[in-house]
Amino acid sequence: MASLTLYPDEEQLTGGERVTFDLYMITAVILFVLLMLVGLTMRMTQAKWLPVPAGLFYELLSLHGMGMVGTMSLATTGVMWFFLRRYVRLHLWAFAANYLLFLLGLLCVVLSIFAGGYGALWTFLYPLPVRGMGLWTPDTAALFMLGGLLIGTGSLLFYLDAAAGIIAVHGNLGRALGLPWLLGGRIDPDHPKAVVASTLVIIANSLGILAGAVVLVMSLINVFYPQVTLDALVAKNLIYWFGHMYINATIYMGVIAVYELLPRYTGKPYPISRPFLWSWAASTLFVIVVFPHHLLMDFAQPRWLSTVGQVVSWSAGFPVFLVTAYGGLVNLHRSAIRWTMPSRLLVLSLFGWAAGIVPAILDGTIRNNLVMHNTQWVPGHFHFYLLIGVLAMVLALLFHVIGSRGQAAPDSRADRLGFPVYLVGGLAFALAFLGGGRASVPRRMAEHLEEWTFTDKIGSIAALLVVLAMVSFAIRITVGLWRASPSRDAGAGTTDAAG
Amino acid sequence: MILQDVVWTLALVGIGLVALVFAAVVLQAGRPAEEAAARRFAARARRLQAGLFAVLLAGFVAGSWATLHRFPIPPQHGTVAARQVVEAIGRQWSWQITPATVESGSVVEFRVTAADVNHGFALYAPGGRIVTQTQAMPGYTNRLLHTFDEPGTYTIQCLEYCGIGHGPMKATLQVVAPASE
Repeated sequence: MASLTLYPDEEQLTGGERVTFDLYMITAVILFVLLMLVGLTMRMTQAKWLPVPAGLFYELLSLHGMGMVGTMSLATTGVMWFFLRRYVRLHLWAFAANYLLFLLGLLCVVLSIFAGGYGALWTFLYPLPVRGMGLWTPDTAALFMLGGLLIGTGSLLFYLDAAAGIIAVHGNLGRALGLPWLLGGRIDPDHPKAVVASTLVIIANSLGILAGAVVLVMSLINVFYPQVTLDALVAKNLIYWFGHMYINATIYMGVIAVYELLPRYTGKPYPISRPFLWSWAASTLFVIVVFPHHLLMDFAQPRWLSTVGQVVSWSAGFPVFLVTAYGGLVNLHRSAIRWTMPSRLLVLSLFGWAAGIVPAILDGTIRNNLVMHNTQWVPGHFHFYLLIGVLAMVLALLFHVIGSRGQAAPDSRADRLGFPVYLVGGLAFALAFLGGGRASVPRRMAEHLEEWTFTDKIGSIAALLVVLAMVSFAIRITVGLWRASPSRDAGAGTTDAAG
Repeated sequence: MILQDVVWTLALVGIGLVALVFAAVVLQAGRPAEEAAARRFAARARRLQAGLFAVLLAGFVAGSWATLHRFPIPPQHGTVAARQVVEAIGRQWSWQITPATVESGSVVEFRVTAADVNHGFALYAPGGRIVTQTQAMPGYTNRLLHTFDEPGTYTIQCLEYCGIGHGPMKATLQVVAPASE
């Protein structure tokens, strides 16, 4: 069961742990700001407020997509590691290796884009990477794909270490997931939710990364031996199986912060339950099999796969609504919570995830997808739950940590101003995309028609608000992590839920 | 009401409902309940959760049946009783549409494929809304059926990113009234 002590002693970071965690998180918040500026540039280009040429636009789109997915994974891996290490033994070298491989992978991606002109997006849909029509070479595409391979390898290394740690304590991954308690028996009330969530991520995302590795290696072979051709539909399935699972895993890593921190701030126990275990067992399956909703407009796909795409997309809403959001709200209701940055962000993140599911479920409906596919509805729904949901989970942990280190107040005047700006900007930003989807505005397009620019302009202004708030948060977090005295790292067992 | 507006309305209602529930709970937070009241609330919350599960399950079953019992994607094999057939081939960065004129009021079968990389075949009505779409993938032919209600100039726009010429990759399809009218 999650602790009610705000800053438990066992959460203290030792020297090497602290340096690695700080590097992860400072890197992540700086990258978030930079990549948001890239996003803002693209929205302003679509709004016709910036004259960015199409070639550069697609390079920026490739950077934004790959960078944001990788950075979100880096940051939420930090969340998972921060809490999981309390319950199982994790090796710091695996955590650090993931960071180094991420940086190396990112370097390859940046070089391929800005030195090589790569512009085939993070999706590297076969055979586009080798058909740059003179704008980039196949070697450049290979460098981009090598970057993806390095980032995935880092994640896999971390998951393997985490799996070994979990198995050493719980015997096997099924027990860690709580499967023996699904149909009866007395649930161990101290079974950590962080272990359950981490187990889902390890199982699902390891499979996803392996699928990604297969298609990346196949694509690399095709780059160097063009006579070895691939099946475009099989390649697309593998890419989306990998890509969807990789970004989905960030939610399940990030939400560990909610499970662990919310009861500390509300002062109310948040016990583990059978519905909770059912929810995570079902989600483990759903996450693995939900990806065909990306291929609903590929009519050559077997009909049963498209049906699975819709049915599982809808089913995936059950655990979110009925267990995580509902459980969080029950914990919050009539609690002794006092609103500080971590507690505000935790509740916001639950809202962002639950509300973001609504347009996602609608888009995962084949009939709707016929008119919504590849419109701005798609970035609308995923920006909703990534920006307002997952990023808020990460920020909640970071404000909690800088609060725990004692030198930075967990709730400054700047934060109290930044929070509503982030909330309003984030909501308006996501809704502008959704509104664009309603008006049939295409998603990945540099040149927009004049009649499409209304939602682009709203989106640009909203993006600017988000960037301003995020710059403020990033400065607070970076300075907070940087300045805090190592001896005061985790505030030694403070029990004041008010922070 | 066109489908995009239905979807938009449903999304706003759903997001709004979630927001209302969160707002209601947030307003209660910070005012801790007495122990007995907290126990009563916990029991009520469990019953409410079961009720919510039943409502969502009913919605899931009804919605799935309503949207899938007449499968929205046409059969891809065998013969289709379409009087009009249009071959559509996407390539970096143009469309080859044969023929480029069809009649309204009767079903048109679009046979969509790609000569090089993946493209998206989206049909925009004269008012600027997508009426239907499919993917154009090398090595595969996707069969899309659509009956145009209104004559006019429809735009075919690529919706799957396919390189620097993706945005301007469009063509027109003339939809005319049936000759018998």
